[in-house]
Amino acid sequence: MTYVQAVREATAQEMARDDRVFVMGQGVDDFKGMYGTTAGLAEQFGRERVFDLPLSEEGTTGVAVGAALAGLRPIHTHIRMDFLLLAMNQIVNIAAKSRYMFGGRVRVPLVIRAVIGRGWGQGAQHSQGLHSMFMHVPGLRVVAPATPYDAKGLLIQSIRDDNPVIFIEHRLLYGRQSHVPEELYTVPFGRARILAAGDDVTLVGISHAVVECLRAQRTLSQHGISAEVIDAVSLSPLDTETLAASVRKTGRLLVVDTAWTFCGASAEIVAAVAEALGGGVPFAFQRMGFAPVVCPTSKPLEKLFYPNPQTIARAAHRLVRPKAPDLQVDSAESPEIAEFKGPF
Amino acid sequence: MLDRNFYRQLYRIRRVEEELVRLYPTDQITSPIHLSIGQEAVSVGVCEALRPSDVVFGTYRSHAYYLAKGGDLRGMIAELYGKATGVAQGKAGSMHLADPDHGVMGASAVVASTIPQAVGYALAMKMRREDRVVVVFFGDGATEEGVFYESLNFAALRSLPILFICENNSYAIHSPLSSRQASPDICRKAEAMGLLAERLETLDIYELYARTCRRVTELRAGRTAPVLIECLCYRWKEHVGPGEDFAAGYRSAGECRAWQQADVLVTVGSRLNAAVRQEIEQSVEEEIREAFAFAQCSPFPAGNELYTDLYA
Ligand SMILES: Cc1ncc(C[n+]2csc(CCOP(=O)(O)OP(=O)(O)O)c2C)c(N)n1
Ligand SMILES: [Mg+2]
Repeated sequence: MTYVQAVREATAQEMARDDRVFVMGQGVDDFKGMYGTTAGLAEQFGRERVFDLPLSEEGTTGVAVGAALAGLRPIHTHIRMDFLLLAMNQIVNIAAKSRYMFGGRVRVPLVIRAVIGRGWGQGAQHSQGLHSMFMHVPGLRVVAPATPYDAKGLLIQSIRDDNPVIFIEHRLLYGRQSHVPEELYTVPFGRARILAAGDDVTLVGISHAVVECLRAQRTLSQHGISAEVIDAVSLSPLDTETLAASVRKTGRLLVVDTAWTFCGASAEIVAAVAEALGGGVPFAFQRMGFAPVVCPTSKPLEKLFYPNPQTIARAAHRLVRPKAPDLQVDSAESPEIAEFKGPF
Repeated sequence: MLDRNFYRQLYRIRRVEEELVRLYPTDQITSPIHLSIGQEAVSVGVCEALRPSDVVFGTYRSHAYYLAKGGDLRGMIAELYGKATGVAQGKAGSMHLADPDHGVMGASAVVASTIPQAVGYALAMKMRREDRVVVVFFGDGATEEGVFYESLNFAALRSLPILFICENNSYAIHSPLSSRQASPDICRKAEAMGLLAERLETLDIYELYARTCRRVTELRAGRTAPVLIECLCYRWKEHVGPGEDFAAGYRSAGECRAWQQADVLVTVGSRLNAAVRQEIEQSVEEEIREAFAFAQCSPFPAGNELYTDLYA
C-alpha cells in the first residue's frame, strides 16, 4: 500500500468508527482529493463531514479549534506546510494554549495535516519544512512519519489524541510502498523507529530525509561502514532514549533534516542526545539539512539545496574515518526525485 | 422580573469591578485587568436572552460577559488573585477567564482571535443539529483584523447559529475609530460578508435584549443568516488598569459625561421600588464580600501545578 492510501485508509476507518471525526480543507472534496488522501471520502461519508474551505487559513484554523472545543475531532488539511504561517496565531496562541490557560477544563482534539513540497521548482514558498517552529511550542505534538505503516498508525493515534497534532507529510513520500495492516492500529507518540541496525554511526533522518539516509547506509555498507538508520518519526515528544542509546553504541551522530539546520530539529536532536548522555560519552556529530538560503527553482541549484545520499554518505564516512580521503560515490538522483513531475 | 434581573446583573458587575478598582492598588492582583465599567449593559442585555446551554466567547475585557453568562464569581476572583481555587487554578487571570460549565468558553488577549473559534463552535452545533447558539463579544478594534472577515465569511457561508456582538466604544487603547478605519460603518462590512447587521446607537438594554431575543430565536430555528449587532458604548476607565485617564489628552471627560448621565444601572434601578433595590444590593454585596474573602484566604497553587494541564 502507498503512503497516500495509508493516510486515506486511516482517515476512512476512523471516520467510520467515530462520527465526531470530520475532514475540512481546501479541495478535500475535489477530483484530486488532496493527492488522493481524501479521494472518495465525501461520497462515502457525506459532504457534511468532508468539506471544502474558503482560502482563510487563520479563520478556518480557528474554526477547527472551535469545533474541537465543542467536542468534534477535526482533521484540517493543507496542501503545503508554508500556508500554516498564515494560521500561526490560531495554532500557537490558541490551540496550543487553550487547555493550559483554561486550567485543564477544555480539550483541543485537532489534527493539522500539512505537506512539505519538493521538486519541479516548488521554489521559495512551496518547499519549507517548518516543523521546528511547532516543536518549539509546548502544547503541540509534532509528527513526521516517513513510512506508510507509520503514516496510518500515527494518523489514527493523532485523531484519537485529545491535543492539537501537527501531522507532517512529504510530497515525495506519497508514492512510497510498504506493508500496512488492514486493521486499525496506533503508533505511539514519542517513539523513533530503527530502520537499519549498525554499529559505526547513527544516521537520524526526518521525514523524506530518512529515505535518503537509507540509501546512504547501503553505500556506506559497501565501504565497510555499518550505519544505524533511525527514523525520528515523532519530533515532539522526541524519543531521546532511542536516539541516545544508538549514539552510546556508535559514538557518532549524523542528523539529516528536511529543513534548515539553524535552530532546527537537528539542533534539538544533537542537544537532546548530548544531555541524555550526560557528557560522559563523547561523540562526534554533524547536522545536515537545507542549504541556509531560500529554496531556488532552477533544477541544478535546487539539487544543491538538499542533502542527498551521496553527501550524506560522505559526511558519515568523514565522521567514521576523519583521516581518510573523502568517499567517492557516483551521484545518481534518487528515483522519486528524478521521476517527480509537475505541474504540481 | 426583567427589571430585577437586569438590575441584579448590572449592579453585580459594576460592584465587582469597583471592588477591583478599590483593591488593585494593594497589589494582590498581579495581572492586567480591563474593566467594563460603563459597558456592562451590552453583556447583560445579550446574555439575559440566552439559555444556560448556549455558549459565549469573548475578549480580555472579560468580566461583564463572564458574570452575565453565569460564570462562577468566587472562581473568578480567586483566579484574579492567582489562587489554586480560581476557575483555571491561577493559569488564566483576568485575560483568559473561562468557565465552560456555564458556557463561558474563553477569552484571548490577542485581539479578535476568539472570533473564529466561536464560529467553529457554532459549526459543531449545526453539524449536531442542536438548537443552541453561540455569541461572540469583541471590540471595534477587532473588526480591523483579517480574521474577523474570514470568520464572518465562513459563518455566513455555512449559515451558522452565531450572533456577533461588536462593543463599539470607539477606541482601541487610545486610538479613535476615525484614525483607524476609512469607512467606519461596521454593519455595512458585515452585510457585505453576507450577515444581517444592525446598530444600537444608544445603550438601551431593553432594546438590545428584545433584539437579541428575536435574533436568537431565529438562529435556533435555522431561519436566518448569522447576525451582527453593533452596540455603541463607552469605556469609563482607562484601557487597562483601575484608573481614569481623561487627563491623558486622547479623550475628554466631557465625552464620557454624556454616557455617565445615561448610566443604564441608574435607569434600570429607578424602575424598581427602593425595597426591591435594597434587597438585591444587599445580597450582591454579601456575595461579593464572600467571594473576595474566599479568594484572599485561598492558597496559591503548589509548585507542581506548573506542569499540569499542558496536554490532555
Ligand atoms: C493582535 C493584537 N494586536 C494588538 C494588541 C494590543 N491591544 C490590546 S487591546 C487593544 C485594543 C482593542 O480594541 P477593541 O477591539 O476596540 O477593544 P476594547 O479594548 O476597546 O474593548 C489592542 C490594540 C493585541 N492584544 N492583539
Ligand atoms: Mg474599542
